[in-house]
Amino acid sequence: MENINNWEPKIVAFLCNWCSYAGADLAGVSRIQYPSNIRVIRVPCSGRVDPFYIIKALQNGIDGVLVSGCHPGDCHYISGNLIARRKFALLKSFLEYIGIEPGRVQFSWVSAAEGDRFAQIIEKVTREVKELGPINKMVKKI
Amino acid sequence: MKEIEEKIKETIKKLFKENKIDIFIGYSEGTLPLRSTPCLITKPDDIEKLVWNSYCSNNLAVYLPRFFLPQQQKKDAKLPRIGILAKGCDSRSMVGLIKEHQIPRENIYIIGINCKGMIDIEKIQNTGFKMQEVEIVAVEEKGGKVLLEDEDNKKIELKKEELLADVCTSCQYNVPVIYDVLIGEEKRKTKEKERAAFIEEFEKKPLEERWKYFQEQVSKCIRCYACRQACPNCYCKECFAEQTKPKWIGVTDNISDIMFFHIGRIFHQAGRCVDCGACVRACPMGVDLRVFTYKLIKDVKEFFEYEAGISLEEAPPLATFKSDDRQEFITEP
Repeated sequence: MENINNWEPKIVAFLCNWCSYAGADLAGVSRIQYPSNIRVIRVPCSGRVDPFYIIKALQNGIDGVLVSGCHPGDCHYISGNLIARRKFALLKSFLEYIGIEPGRVQFSWVSAAEGDRFAQIIEKVTREVKELGPINKMVKKI
Repeated sequence: MKEIEEKIKETIKKLFKENKIDIFIGYSEGTLPLRSTPCLITKPDDIEKLVWNSYCSNNLAVYLPRFFLPQQQKKDAKLPRIGILAKGCDSRSMVGLIKEHQIPRENIYIIGINCKGMIDIEKIQNTGFKMQEVEIVAVEEKGGKVLLEDEDNKKIELKKEELLADVCTSCQYNVPVIYDVLIGEEKRKTKEKERAAFIEEFEKKPLEERWKYFQEQVSKCIRCYACRQACPNCYCKECFAEQTKPKWIGVTDNISDIMFFHIGRIFHQAGRCVDCGACVRACPMGVDLRVFTYKLIKDVKEFFEYEAGISLEEAPPLATFKSDDRQEFITEP
Protein backbone atom coordinates (compact mmCIF):
# COMPACT_ATOMS: atom_id res chain seq x y z
CA MET A 1 0.00 0.00 0.00
CA GLU A 2 1.06 3.55 -0.59
CA ASN A 3 2.37 5.40 2.37
CA ILE A 4 -0.19 8.01 3.36
CA ASN A 5 2.53 10.55 4.18
CA ASN A 6 3.98 10.78 0.73
CA TRP A 7 0.75 10.06 -1.06
CA GLU A 8 0.12 12.31 -4.00
CA PRO A 9 -3.34 12.63 -5.55
CA LYS A 10 -4.03 11.74 -9.15
CA ILE A 11 -6.12 14.40 -10.85
CA VAL A 12 -7.56 14.27 -14.33
CA ALA A 13 -8.00 17.63 -16.05
CA PHE A 14 -10.25 17.91 -19.09
CA LEU A 15 -9.03 21.06 -20.81
CA CYS A 16 -10.74 22.65 -23.77
CA ASN A 17 -8.56 22.96 -26.82
CA TRP A 18 -9.11 26.66 -27.42
CA CYS A 19 -8.68 28.27 -24.02
CA SER A 20 -7.69 26.17 -21.05
CA TYR A 21 -5.28 23.94 -22.94
CA ALA A 22 -3.61 27.01 -24.40
CA GLY A 23 -3.66 28.51 -20.89
CA ALA A 24 -1.83 25.45 -19.60
CA ASP A 25 0.61 25.80 -22.46
CA LEU A 26 1.22 29.41 -21.57
CA ALA A 27 1.86 28.45 -17.96
CA GLY A 28 4.41 25.98 -19.29
CA VAL A 29 6.27 28.31 -21.62
CA SER A 30 6.22 31.04 -18.98
CA ARG A 31 7.87 28.54 -16.60
CA ILE A 32 5.25 29.00 -13.91
CA GLN A 33 5.51 26.26 -11.32
CA TYR A 34 2.43 24.23 -10.46
CA PRO A 35 1.85 20.77 -8.94
CA SER A 36 2.48 17.85 -11.26
CA ASN A 37 -0.54 15.89 -10.06
CA ILE A 38 -2.68 16.59 -13.08
CA ARG A 39 -3.07 14.40 -16.12
CA VAL A 40 -4.34 16.52 -18.95
CA ILE A 41 -6.90 15.26 -21.44
CA ARG A 42 -7.46 17.67 -24.31
CA VAL A 43 -11.05 17.97 -25.47
CA PRO A 44 -12.42 20.15 -28.26
CA CYS A 45 -14.74 22.02 -25.88
CA SER A 46 -15.87 21.81 -22.27
CA GLY A 47 -19.27 20.94 -23.76
CA ARG A 48 -17.69 17.75 -25.09
CA VAL A 49 -17.20 16.46 -21.56
CA ASP A 50 -19.88 13.89 -20.86
CA PRO A 51 -20.73 13.58 -17.15
CA PHE A 52 -19.99 9.90 -17.62
CA TYR A 53 -16.30 10.71 -18.20
CA ILE A 54 -16.19 12.22 -14.75
CA ILE A 55 -17.96 9.37 -12.99
CA LYS A 56 -15.87 6.84 -14.90
CA ALA A 57 -12.68 8.58 -13.80
CA LEU A 58 -13.78 8.39 -10.17
CA GLN A 59 -14.69 4.75 -10.63
CA ASN A 60 -11.19 4.04 -11.93
CA GLY A 61 -9.61 5.47 -8.81
CA ILE A 62 -8.87 9.03 -9.87
CA ASP A 63 -8.84 11.22 -6.77
CA GLY A 64 -10.11 14.38 -8.39
CA VAL A 65 -11.47 15.65 -11.70
CA LEU A 66 -11.17 19.16 -13.08
CA VAL A 67 -13.01 20.37 -16.14
CA SER A 68 -11.89 23.68 -17.55
CA GLY A 69 -13.18 25.65 -20.49
CA CYS A 70 -13.32 29.13 -21.97
CA HIS A 71 -14.90 31.95 -20.00
CA PRO A 72 -18.64 32.38 -20.67
CA GLY A 73 -19.01 34.28 -23.92
CA ASP A 74 -15.57 33.27 -25.22
CA CYS A 75 -16.41 29.78 -26.43
CA HIS A 76 -14.90 28.90 -29.80
CA TYR A 77 -18.18 27.19 -30.62
CA ILE A 78 -20.23 30.14 -29.31
CA SER A 79 -22.23 28.34 -26.63
CA GLY A 80 -20.55 25.00 -25.82
CA ASN A 81 -19.38 26.11 -22.41
CA LEU A 82 -22.76 27.64 -21.55
CA ILE A 83 -24.52 24.37 -22.21
CA ALA A 84 -21.78 22.62 -20.24
CA ARG A 85 -22.34 25.02 -17.36
CA ARG A 86 -25.95 23.85 -16.97
CA LYS A 87 -24.93 20.22 -17.14
CA PHE A 88 -22.18 20.63 -14.58
CA ALA A 89 -24.34 22.67 -12.20
CA LEU A 90 -26.71 19.70 -11.99
CA LEU A 91 -23.94 17.10 -11.85
CA LYS A 92 -22.03 18.80 -9.09
CA SER A 93 -25.14 19.30 -7.02
CA PHE A 94 -26.24 15.70 -7.57
CA LEU A 95 -22.87 14.13 -6.73
CA GLU A 96 -22.74 16.14 -3.54
CA TYR A 97 -26.30 15.09 -2.75
CA ILE A 98 -25.50 11.38 -2.94
CA GLY A 99 -22.48 11.90 -0.73
CA ILE A 100 -19.40 12.42 -2.89
CA GLU A 101 -17.19 15.19 -1.50
CA PRO A 102 -17.73 18.40 -3.49
CA GLY A 103 -13.97 19.00 -3.82
CA ARG A 104 -13.48 15.89 -5.93
CA VAL A 105 -15.19 17.28 -8.99
CA GLN A 106 -14.41 20.87 -9.95
CA PHE A 107 -15.05 23.18 -12.84
CA SER A 108 -13.25 26.35 -13.86
CA TRP A 109 -12.84 28.89 -16.62
CA VAL A 110 -9.33 29.62 -17.86
CA SER A 111 -8.57 31.63 -20.98
CA ALA A 112 -5.57 31.24 -23.27
CA ALA A 113 -3.97 34.33 -21.75
CA GLU A 114 -4.29 33.19 -18.14
CA GLY A 115 -1.26 30.99 -17.52
CA ASP A 116 -1.02 32.40 -14.04
CA ARG A 117 -4.63 31.69 -13.23
CA PHE A 118 -4.22 28.15 -14.56
CA ALA A 119 -1.34 27.48 -12.19
CA GLN A 120 -3.31 28.93 -9.28
CA ILE A 121 -6.33 26.79 -10.03
CA ILE A 122 -4.25 23.63 -10.28
CA GLU A 123 -2.61 24.51 -6.98
CA LYS A 124 -5.97 25.04 -5.33
CA VAL A 125 -7.54 21.87 -6.71
CA THR A 126 -4.51 19.78 -5.78
CA ARG A 127 -4.49 21.19 -2.27
CA GLU A 128 -8.18 20.47 -1.79
CA VAL A 129 -8.02 16.94 -3.13
CA LYS A 130 -4.94 16.26 -1.02
CA GLU A 131 -6.88 17.30 2.07
CA LEU A 132 -9.68 14.92 1.15
CA GLY A 133 -7.25 12.02 0.89
CA PRO A 134 -7.38 9.03 -1.46
CA ILE A 135 -10.77 8.35 -2.99
CA ASN A 136 -12.61 5.34 -1.61
CA LYS A 137 -16.16 6.03 -2.68
CA MET A 138 -17.24 4.91 -6.14
CA VAL A 139 -13.93 3.10 -6.78
CA LYS A 140 -14.28 -0.30 -8.37
CA LYS A 141 -12.44 -2.77 -6.17
CA ILE A 142 -12.03 -6.21 -7.62
CA MET B 1 -65.26 4.75 -11.17
CA LYS B 2 -67.82 2.63 -13.02
CA GLU B 3 -69.30 5.68 -14.71
CA ILE B 4 -65.88 6.75 -15.93
CA GLU B 5 -65.20 3.23 -17.18
CA GLU B 6 -68.43 3.27 -19.18
CA LYS B 7 -67.64 6.67 -20.58
CA ILE B 8 -64.19 5.49 -21.66
CA LYS B 9 -65.66 2.49 -23.44
CA GLU B 10 -68.26 4.62 -25.15
CA THR B 11 -65.65 7.08 -26.38
CA ILE B 12 -63.43 4.33 -27.74
CA LYS B 13 -66.32 2.61 -29.48
CA LYS B 14 -67.05 5.88 -31.21
CA LEU B 15 -63.42 6.33 -32.16
CA PHE B 16 -63.23 2.88 -33.73
CA LYS B 17 -66.50 3.44 -35.51
CA GLU B 18 -65.39 6.75 -36.97
CA ASN B 19 -62.11 5.05 -37.92
CA LYS B 20 -60.03 7.57 -36.00
CA ILE B 21 -57.71 5.06 -34.35
CA ASP B 22 -56.14 1.70 -35.22
CA ILE B 23 -54.95 0.70 -31.77
CA PHE B 24 -56.07 1.62 -28.30
CA ILE B 25 -53.89 1.35 -25.22
CA GLY B 26 -55.68 1.08 -21.90
CA TYR B 27 -55.94 -1.19 -18.89
CA SER B 28 -57.61 -4.52 -18.41
CA GLU B 29 -58.28 -6.63 -15.35
CA GLY B 30 -55.09 -8.10 -13.84
CA THR B 31 -54.64 -11.75 -12.97
CA LEU B 32 -55.03 -10.94 -9.28
CA PRO B 33 -57.35 -8.61 -7.44
CA LEU B 34 -55.82 -5.18 -6.80
CA ARG B 35 -54.03 -5.34 -10.11
CA SER B 36 -54.67 -3.87 -13.52
CA THR B 37 -52.56 -4.63 -16.50
CA PRO B 38 -51.85 -2.61 -19.66
CA CYS B 39 -53.86 -3.81 -22.61
CA LEU B 40 -53.68 -3.18 -26.35
CA ILE B 41 -56.92 -3.25 -28.27
CA THR B 42 -57.05 -3.60 -32.03
CA LYS B 43 -60.62 -4.85 -32.53
CA PRO B 44 -63.76 -3.06 -31.35
CA ASP B 45 -65.01 -6.40 -29.94
CA ASP B 46 -62.31 -6.33 -27.28
CA ILE B 47 -63.37 -3.01 -25.83
CA GLU B 48 -65.33 -4.74 -23.07
CA LYS B 49 -62.03 -5.95 -21.61
CA LEU B 50 -61.08 -2.44 -20.55
CA VAL B 51 -61.29 -1.34 -16.95
CA TRP B 52 -60.68 1.80 -14.98
CA ASN B 53 -60.00 1.56 -11.25
CA SER B 54 -57.54 2.61 -8.58
CA TYR B 55 -54.88 0.16 -9.70
CA CYS B 56 -54.27 1.49 -13.19
CA SER B 57 -50.94 2.87 -12.10
CA ASN B 58 -48.73 1.90 -15.07
CA ASN B 59 -47.50 4.77 -17.16
CA LEU B 60 -48.87 3.87 -20.60
CA ALA B 61 -46.70 6.40 -22.43
CA VAL B 62 -43.91 3.82 -22.28
CA TYR B 63 -45.62 1.82 -25.06
CA LEU B 64 -45.76 4.68 -27.55
CA PRO B 65 -42.24 5.17 -28.95
CA ARG B 66 -41.99 1.58 -30.22
CA PHE B 67 -44.70 2.28 -32.79
CA PHE B 68 -42.74 5.14 -34.29
CA LEU B 69 -39.18 3.87 -34.54
CA PRO B 70 -37.09 5.54 -37.26
CA GLN B 71 -37.09 2.43 -39.46
CA GLN B 72 -40.89 2.60 -39.52
CA GLN B 73 -40.92 6.24 -40.45
CA LYS B 74 -39.90 5.57 -44.05
CA LYS B 75 -41.40 7.53 -46.86
CA ASP B 76 -45.01 6.61 -47.60
CA ALA B 77 -45.06 4.26 -44.62
CA LYS B 78 -48.40 4.37 -42.89
CA LEU B 79 -47.94 5.00 -39.21
CA PRO B 80 -50.55 3.65 -36.84
CA ARG B 81 -52.97 6.01 -35.17
CA ILE B 82 -53.03 5.26 -31.50
CA GLY B 83 -55.64 6.05 -28.93
CA ILE B 84 -54.35 6.10 -25.39
CA LEU B 85 -55.65 6.60 -21.91
CA ALA B 86 -53.78 9.26 -20.03
CA LYS B 87 -53.63 10.25 -16.40
CA GLY B 88 -51.89 13.51 -15.54
CA CYS B 89 -48.45 11.95 -15.26
CA ASP B 90 -48.86 9.89 -18.45
CA SER B 91 -49.74 13.00 -20.40
CA ARG B 92 -46.67 14.79 -19.08
CA SER B 93 -44.52 11.89 -20.24
CA MET B 94 -46.17 12.18 -23.66
CA VAL B 95 -45.36 15.87 -23.81
CA GLY B 96 -41.72 14.92 -23.26
CA LEU B 97 -41.84 12.29 -25.98
CA ILE B 98 -43.50 14.63 -28.47
CA LYS B 99 -40.98 17.33 -27.69
CA GLU B 100 -38.09 14.94 -28.25
CA HIS B 101 -39.62 13.83 -31.57
CA GLN B 102 -40.22 10.27 -30.47
CA ILE B 103 -43.94 10.30 -31.24
CA PRO B 104 -45.91 12.44 -33.69
CA ARG B 105 -48.69 14.33 -31.95
CA GLU B 106 -51.09 13.93 -34.90
CA ASN B 107 -50.96 10.14 -34.61
CA ILE B 108 -51.89 10.08 -30.96
CA TYR B 109 -55.43 10.44 -29.73
CA ILE B 110 -55.32 11.13 -26.02
CA ILE B 111 -58.24 10.34 -23.78
CA GLY B 112 -57.49 12.32 -20.68
CA ILE B 113 -58.80 11.31 -17.29
CA ASN B 114 -59.08 13.34 -14.16
CA CYS B 115 -57.10 10.98 -11.93
CA LYS B 116 -57.94 10.66 -8.26
CA GLY B 117 -54.69 8.92 -7.40
CA MET B 118 -53.61 5.31 -7.56
CA ILE B 119 -53.36 2.84 -4.72
CA ASP B 120 -49.98 1.50 -3.71
CA ILE B 121 -50.41 -2.18 -2.84
CA GLU B 122 -47.47 -2.09 -0.50
CA LYS B 123 -49.34 0.37 1.65
CA ILE B 124 -52.14 -2.16 2.09
CA GLN B 125 -49.55 -4.53 3.45
CA ASN B 126 -48.23 -1.83 5.73
CA THR B 127 -51.63 -1.50 7.39
CA GLY B 128 -51.17 -5.00 8.78
CA PHE B 129 -53.26 -6.83 6.22
CA LYS B 130 -51.17 -9.89 5.40
CA MET B 131 -51.61 -10.19 1.68
CA GLN B 132 -49.16 -13.06 1.35
CA GLU B 133 -51.03 -15.26 3.80
CA VAL B 134 -54.61 -14.69 2.86
CA GLU B 135 -56.11 -14.48 -0.54
CA ILE B 136 -58.17 -11.49 -1.43
CA VAL B 137 -61.22 -12.55 -3.37
CA ALA B 138 -63.10 -9.32 -3.79
CA VAL B 139 -62.38 -5.62 -3.75
CA GLU B 140 -64.86 -2.83 -3.71
CA GLU B 141 -64.52 0.89 -3.59
CA LYS B 142 -67.10 3.13 -2.06
CA GLY B 143 -66.93 6.80 -1.20
CA GLY B 144 -63.26 7.04 -0.34
CA LYS B 145 -63.17 3.61 1.31
CA VAL B 146 -61.64 0.39 0.03
CA LEU B 147 -63.37 -2.83 1.09
CA LEU B 148 -61.30 -5.99 0.89
CA GLU B 149 -62.73 -9.46 1.33
CA ASP B 150 -60.54 -12.48 1.94
CA GLU B 151 -61.20 -16.18 1.35
CA ASP B 152 -62.82 -16.62 4.78
CA ASN B 153 -65.30 -13.88 3.93
CA LYS B 154 -63.61 -11.60 6.43
CA LYS B 155 -64.05 -8.00 5.43
CA ILE B 156 -61.65 -5.19 5.98
CA GLU B 157 -62.29 -1.55 5.42
CA LEU B 158 -59.46 0.81 4.62
CA LYS B 159 -59.33 4.51 3.84
CA LYS B 160 -58.29 5.12 0.26
CA GLU B 161 -56.51 8.32 1.18
CA GLU B 162 -54.05 6.42 3.32
CA LEU B 163 -53.31 3.91 0.58
CA LEU B 164 -52.41 6.35 -2.19
CA ALA B 165 -48.95 6.03 -3.67
CA ASP B 166 -46.35 8.58 -2.55
CA VAL B 167 -46.21 10.16 -5.98
CA CYS B 168 -49.99 10.59 -5.96
CA THR B 169 -50.49 12.17 -2.54
CA SER B 170 -48.71 15.35 -3.54
CA CYS B 171 -49.62 15.26 -7.24
CA GLN B 172 -50.54 18.58 -8.74
CA TYR B 173 -51.31 17.44 -12.27
CA ASN B 174 -54.32 15.20 -11.76
CA VAL B 175 -55.75 16.59 -15.01
CA PRO B 176 -53.71 15.79 -18.14
CA VAL B 177 -51.69 18.63 -19.63
CA ILE B 178 -52.62 17.68 -23.21
CA TYR B 179 -55.65 15.69 -24.34
CA ASP B 180 -58.15 15.35 -27.17
CA VAL B 181 -61.10 14.48 -24.98
CA LEU B 182 -61.31 14.73 -21.25
CA ILE B 183 -63.34 12.44 -19.07
CA GLY B 184 -64.21 13.93 -15.71
CA GLU B 185 -64.21 17.60 -14.80
CA GLU B 186 -61.28 19.84 -15.55
CA LYS B 187 -60.40 20.87 -12.08
CA ARG B 188 -56.80 21.09 -11.06
CA LYS B 189 -55.85 20.45 -7.50
CA THR B 190 -54.91 23.69 -5.91
CA LYS B 191 -53.67 22.86 -2.47
CA GLU B 192 -50.55 20.90 -2.74
CA LYS B 193 -48.32 19.47 -0.10
CA GLU B 194 -44.77 20.70 -0.41
CA ARG B 195 -43.52 18.01 -2.75
CA ALA B 196 -39.83 18.55 -2.28
CA ALA B 197 -39.94 18.44 1.52
CA PHE B 198 -38.39 14.99 1.72
CA ILE B 199 -35.51 16.10 -0.49
CA GLU B 200 -34.78 19.08 1.72
CA GLU B 201 -34.75 16.81 4.70
CA PHE B 202 -32.28 14.48 3.01
CA GLU B 203 -30.06 17.40 1.97
CA LYS B 204 -29.69 18.42 5.60
CA LYS B 205 -28.13 15.09 6.58
CA PRO B 206 -24.34 14.96 6.86
CA LEU B 207 -22.39 13.89 3.76
CA GLU B 208 -21.34 10.51 5.10
CA GLU B 209 -24.87 9.64 6.09
CA ARG B 210 -26.12 10.49 2.62
CA TRP B 211 -23.43 8.33 1.07
CA LYS B 212 -24.33 5.49 3.40
CA TYR B 213 -27.95 5.73 2.38
CA PHE B 214 -27.08 5.80 -1.31
CA GLN B 215 -24.84 2.77 -0.84
CA GLU B 216 -27.52 0.94 1.12
CA GLN B 217 -30.17 1.55 -1.50
CA VAL B 218 -27.92 0.76 -4.44
CA SER B 219 -26.66 -2.47 -2.90
CA LYS B 220 -30.21 -3.83 -3.02
CA CYS B 221 -30.23 -3.49 -6.80
CA ILE B 222 -29.94 -6.67 -8.84
CA ARG B 223 -29.57 -4.77 -12.12
CA CYS B 224 -32.65 -6.18 -13.75
CA TYR B 225 -33.12 -2.77 -15.45
CA ALA B 226 -36.85 -2.83 -14.70
CA CYS B 227 -36.64 0.85 -13.72
CA ARG B 228 -35.32 1.66 -17.16
CA GLN B 229 -37.85 -0.49 -18.99
CA ALA B 230 -40.77 1.02 -17.13
CA CYS B 231 -39.66 4.59 -17.78
CA PRO B 232 -41.32 6.31 -20.75
CA ASN B 233 -38.35 8.64 -21.12
CA CYS B 234 -35.85 5.79 -21.49
CA TYR B 235 -36.34 5.16 -25.20
CA CYS B 236 -32.71 4.95 -26.34
CA LYS B 237 -32.24 2.16 -28.83
CA GLU B 238 -29.00 1.24 -27.14
CA CYS B 239 -28.72 2.09 -23.47
CA PHE B 240 -25.36 3.09 -22.03
CA ALA B 241 -25.74 0.12 -19.70
CA GLU B 242 -25.42 -2.28 -22.60
CA GLN B 243 -23.03 -0.31 -24.75
CA THR B 244 -19.76 -2.09 -25.43
CA LYS B 245 -17.94 0.73 -27.22
CA PRO B 246 -17.21 2.42 -24.92
CA LYS B 247 -18.05 -0.03 -22.20
CA TRP B 248 -19.35 2.23 -19.46
CA ILE B 249 -20.24 -0.38 -16.91
CA GLY B 250 -18.99 -3.88 -16.39
CA VAL B 251 -21.41 -6.81 -16.38
CA THR B 252 -20.82 -7.52 -12.73
CA ASP B 253 -22.58 -7.22 -9.43
CA ASN B 254 -19.80 -4.96 -8.20
CA ILE B 255 -21.38 -2.12 -6.24
CA SER B 256 -19.35 0.45 -8.13
CA ASP B 257 -20.89 -0.69 -11.43
CA ILE B 258 -24.37 -0.59 -9.93
CA MET B 259 -23.71 2.92 -8.67
CA PHE B 260 -22.55 3.96 -12.12
CA PHE B 261 -25.74 2.60 -13.62
CA HIS B 262 -27.97 4.44 -11.19
CA ILE B 263 -26.10 7.74 -11.36
CA GLY B 264 -26.13 7.45 -15.15
CA ARG B 265 -29.78 6.54 -15.44
CA ILE B 266 -30.94 9.17 -13.00
CA PHE B 267 -28.77 11.84 -14.57
CA HIS B 268 -30.10 11.02 -18.02
CA GLN B 269 -33.54 11.90 -16.66
CA ALA B 270 -32.48 15.39 -15.62
CA GLY B 271 -35.07 17.79 -16.96
CA ARG B 272 -37.17 14.94 -18.33
CA CYS B 273 -38.40 12.99 -15.31
CA VAL B 274 -42.03 13.81 -14.51
CA ASP B 275 -42.09 11.92 -11.22
CA CYS B 276 -44.72 9.40 -12.33
CA GLY B 277 -43.25 6.76 -10.05
CA ALA B 278 -42.99 4.07 -12.74
CA CYS B 279 -39.41 3.16 -11.79
CA VAL B 280 -40.23 2.88 -8.12
CA ARG B 281 -43.23 0.64 -8.83
CA ALA B 282 -41.25 -1.54 -11.23
CA CYS B 283 -38.38 -2.14 -8.84
CA PRO B 284 -38.60 -5.67 -7.44
CA MET B 285 -36.06 -4.96 -4.70
CA GLY B 286 -37.68 -1.83 -3.28
CA VAL B 287 -34.84 0.56 -4.01
CA ASP B 288 -35.77 4.06 -2.89
CA LEU B 289 -35.20 5.68 -6.28
CA ARG B 290 -37.45 8.67 -5.82
CA VAL B 291 -35.24 10.33 -3.25
CA PHE B 292 -32.60 10.58 -5.99
CA THR B 293 -34.73 11.23 -9.07
CA TYR B 294 -36.67 13.98 -7.35
CA LYS B 295 -33.48 15.79 -6.41
CA LEU B 296 -32.84 16.49 -10.08
CA ILE B 297 -36.42 17.65 -10.62
CA LYS B 298 -35.97 20.03 -7.73
CA ASP B 299 -32.61 21.30 -8.99
CA VAL B 300 -33.85 21.79 -12.53
CA LYS B 301 -36.74 23.83 -11.20
CA GLU B 302 -34.56 25.82 -8.86
CA PHE B 303 -31.67 26.46 -11.27
CA PHE B 304 -33.44 26.81 -14.61
CA GLU B 305 -37.11 27.42 -13.70
CA TYR B 306 -38.18 24.49 -15.79
CA GLU B 307 -40.65 21.74 -15.11
CA ALA B 308 -40.75 18.69 -17.35
CA GLY B 309 -43.83 17.82 -19.37
CA ILE B 310 -45.73 21.07 -18.95
CA SER B 311 -45.35 22.84 -22.26
CA LEU B 312 -44.69 21.70 -25.80
CA GLU B 313 -42.88 24.90 -26.74
CA GLU B 314 -40.32 25.44 -24.01
CA ALA B 315 -36.86 24.09 -24.91
CA PRO B 316 -35.46 21.26 -22.77
CA PRO B 317 -33.28 22.75 -20.00
CA LEU B 318 -30.08 20.99 -21.00
CA ALA B 319 -30.40 21.93 -24.66
CA THR B 320 -30.48 25.64 -24.00
CA PHE B 321 -28.85 28.23 -21.76
CA LYS B 322 -29.10 31.71 -20.39
CA SER B 323 -26.21 34.10 -20.12
CA ASP B 324 -26.85 34.52 -16.41
CA ASP B 325 -27.13 30.88 -15.41
CA ARG B 326 -25.79 30.13 -11.96
CA GLN B 327 -22.06 29.60 -11.68
CA GLU B 328 -21.24 29.83 -7.99
CA PHE B 329 -19.92 26.31 -8.23
CA ILE B 330 -17.08 27.35 -10.56
CA THR B 331 -13.66 27.16 -8.90
CA GLU B 332 -11.89 30.50 -8.72
CA PRO B 333 -8.22 30.76 -7.77
